[in-house]
Amino acid sequence: MILKYLLKRIAVLVPVFLFVVTVVFFMIRFAPGGPFDSEKRVSPEIMKNLQAKYHMDEPLYKQYFRYLGDLAQGDLGPSFKHANRSVNEIIFEALPVSAELGLISLTWALLIGLAAGLVASMRPNTWLDYIPMSFSLIGISLPTFVIGPVLVLVFALWNDWLPVAGWNSWQDRILPSLTLGMAYAAYISRLTRGGMMEIRSQDFMRTAKMKGLSEMQVVVRHGLKGGLLPVISYLGPALAGIITGALVTESIFHIPGLGRFFVESAVNRDYTVVMGTALLYFALIFFCNLLVDIVYAFLDPRVRYE
Amino acid sequence: MTREKKQNKTWRGLSALLVAANVMVATASFAAGTFNFGNGAEPKDLDPHIVTGVPEHHILLNMFEPLVAMDPKTLAPIPGVATSWKVSKDLKTYTFTLRKDAKWSNGEAITAADFVYSWTRLLTPATAAEYAYQAYYMKNGKAFNEGKLKDASQLGFKAIDPYTLEVQLEAPTPFFLGLLNHHSLYPVPKSVVEKHGSRWTRPENMVSNGAFILDKWEMNKVISLKKNETYWDKTKVSLDRVNFHPVEKQDTEEKLFRSKELHTTNELPLEKIPFWQADKSGVYQQSPYLGIYHYWLNVGKAPLDNKLVRQALNLGFDRERIVKYVTRGGQEPAQGFTPPGAGGFFPKARLPKDGSSIAKAKELLAKAGYPGGKGLPKIELLYNTSDAHKKIAEAMQQMWKTNLGIDVVLVNQEWKVYLDSQTQKNYMVSRAGWIGDYNDANTFLDMFMSDNGNNKAGFKNAKYDELLTKAANEKNAKKRLEFFQEAEGILMEELPTIPIYVYTRVYLKSKDVQGWYPNILDYHPLKYVSLTGAK
Repeated sequence: MILKYLLKRIAVLVPVFLFVVTVVFFMIRFAPGGPFDSEKRVSPEIMKNLQAKYHMDEPLYKQYFRYLGDLAQGDLGPSFKHANRSVNEIIFEALPVSAELGLISLTWALLIGLAAGLVASMRPNTWLDYIPMSFSLIGISLPTFVIGPVLVLVFALWNDWLPVAGWNSWQDRILPSLTLGMAYAAYISRLTRGGMMEIRSQDFMRTAKMKGLSEMQVVVRHGLKGGLLPVISYLGPALAGIITGALVTESIFHIPGLGRFFVESAVNRDYTVVMGTALLYFALIFFCNLLVDIVYAFLDPRVRYE
Repeated sequence: MTREKKQNKTWRGLSALLVAANVMVATASFAAGTFNFGNGAEPKDLDPHIVTGVPEHHILLNMFEPLVAMDPKTLAPIPGVATSWKVSKDLKTYTFTLRKDAKWSNGEAITAADFVYSWTRLLTPATAAEYAYQAYYMKNGKAFNEGKLKDASQLGFKAIDPYTLEVQLEAPTPFFLGLLNHHSLYPVPKSVVEKHGSRWTRPENMVSNGAFILDKWEMNKVISLKKNETYWDKTKVSLDRVNFHPVEKQDTEEKLFRSKELHTTNELPLEKIPFWQADKSGVYQQSPYLGIYHYWLNVGKAPLDNKLVRQALNLGFDRERIVKYVTRGGQEPAQGFTPPGAGGFFPKARLPKDGSSIAKAKELLAKAGYPGGKGLPKIELLYNTSDAHKKIAEAMQQMWKTNLGIDVVLVNQEWKVYLDSQTQKNYMVSRAGWIGDYNDANTFLDMFMSDNGNNKAGFKNAKYDELLTKAANEKNAKKRLEFFQEAEGILMEELPTIPIYVYTRVYLKSKDVQGWYPNILDYHPLKYVSLTGAK
């Protein structure tokens, strides 16, 4: 059953993937300027040499099919900006860093967010609800470029407890992951609270309570499974987003992750890196969502693979 | 506060585990003899023939030794791989004698053939070197690079014997020896390049001939060089290791400096400049730089096709206000186009430093038929999206409005779109900056020649072209400068540009750093640098 479902999902994936490749390929090509434009203009002759080296002197459709051919073999092509480096190499080097940062951040987010959300939902409209929810509102509204420098100021400059920036020791992981995880924690706490509040009013919850179970038992045994569904569906895109979209955090803490390539490559018209990162994001979103769907089916008997 | 004092506070405040780890980090970042260099950006590559940027140059100048090097104090030519050189009477033939103890880091000897190979590689079309034109000064360099000449033996450089290199130039080029310090003219090791192809710049493969060699390269994190034990002059080298940190965010860089993890920063955030200027500890650095911040005026677009309007725009604002209140980094108001001192050239101050010529500007505008700015079409001012450029543009907009009654619309575009607009001449006024490629006025003035690809104003002037051609062929240094002076005169009369200020380099440097000299090329070979201090 589940295998059939997976095959079906993957069958849909192929045309969508081709569509994405095509759209991104032509969109970036039609943007004004090119990878070799710079403040100091190169002469037309030197430009010709450069274009020949990267096959950019060929008609666009030929370049497109060349790209597709290479892609089929898993080759994302050479970077224009980082000469002598392939896009594969760049992703291979930067993805583990981003994945590590993303996973630590998400762990923070879950720990803080779930705890705050659960507490708030168990005592709605008391100070146990107001305080964490006010904090989460602050977390959602404060951008990382404010949280990051403030954390650095307090923990690294005023008090010499943690490093200012870098990515070498485990101490280096603390401030950036907190910075990045904060906004996600805030969302998760709100989703948890909302989900749990909805579940609380259900009949089976009341039944469980009437049976004489303690409040904790009711929540853990009966509530969580249904109450966390909104959080779980949020986690899929959040994971993809947190791995690829940490540009600001990466730059504040000087972390060699992937985030910067997303923005930098578009600015530089580094065509192959734009393609590579876009396709990677696409793949991440797809797999994270797939994962969520599978988990969902285990948690919610109403969902079936149809 | 010293680091020790801070640590005492830590003891009180935190668990033992965290403290122990913290001490570990603190010492790790301060190994003795290791220089930590804030380098601004991740280099494109480390192949001297491929790279184009300043961060790359910072690294490469420490990894490679050119034929003729530069004294960091005076910028005068000093022996590099060559111990001596002779120049012919017509100034077009240079004969270099190479030192016999110069070696590649793999132990192979460096000979004249290495330079012949390297410069041929630079000029080979398939190498696609953006800086190939640095070798156009050598005979037939241009024809070969453009594919019009296939025979490499006709290029203007040959090995007379392993330790004698003869170079023939197209024209007397007084800045030729200085040019050899550009990374595009460094020697590269033939055997290594041919064996590893595009992977020759990886740490496990790379071989160079300078004071330091590549040890580690982690993208966007660090490039680490270690002292080169085969370098002929290694006894002069004090540092054991140099780490180049590509910290792009100025704010982060400044914080790393404050926590003593960098010895020098690449830049300083604009808003922090006043703070550090007031700081008396002596770490704030500010020195003139061979570059100019200016606006292009598109002479092909009305009303800027009118010389009087261009003059009015140039006289109708206060340059001093810009550097004093907007950029604040000690920049000099530009009174000519070429930064004063480029290769010993000092252009006459032809533009007002302050707002003293506003009355004249009003007159000129009235003479052009737009009294008080009436009837003048709205002027579009284009700049690439950036806070710093925006602030300057707003100041200009406001001054032109108050002083001349001119309406200016600000247009910002993303970097590549902006470049494209300039190339297509699809703009009226456009922000620009130019950093000299070498220490000579020519690198500033030749871009206004009619056929120069960087002439984005569309400026054409036969007399101007003639003067620069004459300067290029002039043997007499004094006469050559006179041609430049006359050319500047034409430029400041026709004004296809608005020079605004001469750049400064503003950064922080630890007081532990010795042997680092400010100069207009921002040239700081770490061969001469040492570290003092408690660490």
